[in-house]
Amino acid sequence: MTEKSRNVIEIAHLTKQYGEKIAVNDLNLCIKRGEVFGLLGPNGAGKTTTILMLLGLTEPTAGSALIEGMDCTRNPLEVKSITGYLPDNVGFYSDMTGRQNLRFTGRMNGLSGKALEERIDGLLRRVGMEQAANRKAGTYSKGMRQRLGIADVLMKDPEIIIMDEPTLGIDPEGMRELLTLIRELAQEDGRTILISSHQLHQIQQVCDRVGIFVSGQLIASGTLSELEEQIRKDGSYLLELEVQPCDDRLLAMLRQQEGVRKISKEGNTFLIDAKTDLRASLTQFLGEYGYTVLHLHQRGGDLDEIYRRYFEKAGQSDERDGMEKKKKYGWKYEK
Amino acid sequence: MREMVWKKRKNMDGNMKNKIRVNGMTGLGALYHKELADHLKSKRFLILLILIGSTSFASLYGALTALGNAEDSNYLFLKLYTTSGSSIPSFLSFIALLGPIIGLALGFDAINSERSSGTLNRLVSQPIYRDSIIIGKFLAGTAVIATIIYSMGAMLGAMGVLVTGLKPSGEEVWRVLIFLTFTVIYVAFWLAISILFSVVCRHAATSALASIALWIFFAIFMSLVASIIANAMYPINDEYSALVNSMDHYTLNLGINRLSPYYLYSEAVSTIMNPGVRSVNVVTVDQLVGAVSGYLSLGQSLLLVWPHLTGLAALLLVAFGGAYLGFMRQEVRAN
Repeated sequence: MTEKSRNVIEIAHLTKQYGEKIAVNDLNLCIKRGEVFGLLGPNGAGKTTTILMLLGLTEPTAGSALIEGMDCTRNPLEVKSITGYLPDNVGFYSDMTGRQNLRFTGRMNGLSGKALEERIDGLLRRVGMEQAANRKAGTYSKGMRQRLGIADVLMKDPEIIIMDEPTLGIDPEGMRELLTLIRELAQEDGRTILISSHQLHQIQQVCDRVGIFVSGQLIASGTLSELEEQIRKDGSYLLELEVQPCDDRLLAMLRQQEGVRKISKEGNTFLIDAKTDLRASLTQFLGEYGYTVLHLHQRGGDLDEIYRRYFEKAGQSDERDGMEKKKKYGWKYEK
Repeated sequence: MREMVWKKRKNMDGNMKNKIRVNGMTGLGALYHKELADHLKSKRFLILLILIGSTSFASLYGALTALGNAEDSNYLFLKLYTTSGSSIPSFLSFIALLGPIIGLALGFDAINSERSSGTLNRLVSQPIYRDSIIIGKFLAGTAVIATIIYSMGAMLGAMGVLVTGLKPSGEEVWRVLIFLTFTVIYVAFWLAISILFSVVCRHAATSALASIALWIFFAIFMSLVASIIANAMYPINDEYSALVNSMDHYTLNLGINRLSPYYLYSEAVSTIMNPGVRSVNVVTVDQLVGAVSGYLSLGQSLLLVWPHLTGLAALLLVAFGGAYLGFMRQEVRAN
C-alpha cells in the first residue's frame, strides 16, 4: 500500500500569465496514485491551461509540474507516453472509421502488428463500440465520440488519465456508463485520474478528492467531507423554505429574524442564508403567524453547496480587490 | 483485490523504462503514412490527377501538331514538352501556371482543419514531437506532388515516343528529369505557402483564398508591377531616354520579376529544356562578338540556372520555415 501514497502528479507554484491576465496563479497540488481528483471551477478559471501545462503543451511562466518525477515542460515526450489526455470536444478524422482512428493513435504510440489489433479489439469491447467500429467517425454521435475518445486515451495504456470536461453534452445513460468506467479505471486498473469540470453532480459521484479553482487560484482542496467541515466552521447555513401563503409580509418578517444574512427566492422557495441553524426558531415563528410549512430543508453536504459557498467567498474577497473582478465572479450569486 | 492491483502497478513501475519506448521518429512515420493515405484516397487527389492529366494530353496534342513544322530538328524530344501548337500552351507553361494548384490544394487545410475538427488536441497529446506533425504533412504532400509530376512527365514522354517514334538521347532524358525535379521543388514551394496560410488562418476557406490570391498575383500581376516600377525608375518614353535607360530598365524589370517564383521557375526550366538558350541576362552586341552559335551542353545549361535553383530552394525553405515557426509557437488551444 505504500505505492498508493506516492504522488504521481506534483504541481508546485505553477503560474501562467497571458500578457496582463494571470490564467493560473501559484498553483500547488499533489495527486496520489490511483486517485480520482476533480478539478472544479467555472469556465475560464484556468483549468484547461493547467492541463495543457501538465502535458507540456504550454510553457508555465513560473513554477513546475512533475508527473512521475518527470518535468512536464522538459520531458514532454516521456510524460505524454504515460499520460492520456481526453480533450473537451474530442474530435476524430471523420473520413476514417473508429477502428482506423484508434489504429493511428496506436501507431503514434509505437504499437504495431498483432499487439495493436488486439488492443484495439479489447478497448472497443470495453467502451461498447464494437458495433460502430467500422463506421466512419463522422457519423458518430457525441456520446459515441466520447466513448471512442476514452478508447483512444487508453490506447497507450496510460498511468495517468486527464479528462477535460468529460461529462459535457452526454445523455444520462451515457453519463452513468462513463462514470462507471472512470471508477473502474481508477479502482481496478489503478490509474490516476484528473477530471476537470464545472458539472458538480457527476464529479461528486466519482471523485476521491476535489479542488475548487477560481480565477486561476485553487481556493480549496480535499475530500468532500473535509470541504464540508471547512464550510461549517465559517458558520454558514442555507435553509430552503416553502410556505403557504407565500407573501411579501413573510419576506419582510423573515428579514428581521436574527442571524439572517440574505434571502432570495427561487420559484416558490425562499433561500435563507443565516449565521446559525434557524430551523427551531423559524418553525415556532411560522406557526405563530399561521403559515403552513410545505418544505423545510437545511442545505449542505453536497458538492453543489460547497461549490457555491467557495465561489461566494472568492467573490467577496474579490469585491475588496476591485469592481472589475467582482463583475466577473460575484454576479452569479448576487440578487 | 486491491493489493493485487497495486502489485500489478508496481510491476509496471519496474517496467517504466520499457514503457517509455517512443521516439520521435515513430510519430513522424505514423503521421507521414496517414497523411499519404489520406491524400491518395481523397477526391481532391483524383481531381488534381484529372486536371493535370488532361492538360498534359492537350499540350502533347498541341506539340505534336506543331512539331511537323519545326525549323530545327535537334532535340526534338525536348520539344514535346516545350512546343505550343493549335493555340494550346506547351506542357512547360501549363505546369508553370497550374502546378501551384497541386501544392495549394494539398496544403490549404493542413493545420486549420485539424484544429477545427478537434483532432489537433488529440494529436499533440500523443508522445510525438510537435514538429513531426507539420513535417509529416509537408513530406507526405511533397511525396504526392513528386508522384504526380514524375509520372505525368514520364507518361508524356512515353506517349510522345510511341506516337512520333523519336528516340530520346541520354542528355534529353537528363534534361527532362532535371526539369521535373525543378517542378517538384516549385510545387513544393506552393505547398509550403499553403501550409503557412493554414497555420495563420483559422478557416480553411480563408487560407485557400489567401494562397490562391498570392498565386494569381505572382502568375499575372507581378510582371505588371515590375514593368510599372521599371518605367518609373528608368523611363523609356522618347528616343533619348530609351537610348540611355533601356539597359537599366530591362535589368531592373528582370530583377523584380525574378522575385516571383513563377518567373524564376519559368526562366529556369525553359533554359534547361532549350539548349539553344545561351544566356538569361542582357547580352550586349559587344559580348556576342566572336561567339559561335551552338547548343549549350547540359552542364553549362545547369550552370546558367543554378542561381534559380538556389533561389527556389531558398523560397521553399523560407515558406516552410515560416509555417514551422508559426505552428511551433502557436498556442494549442487557439479555437
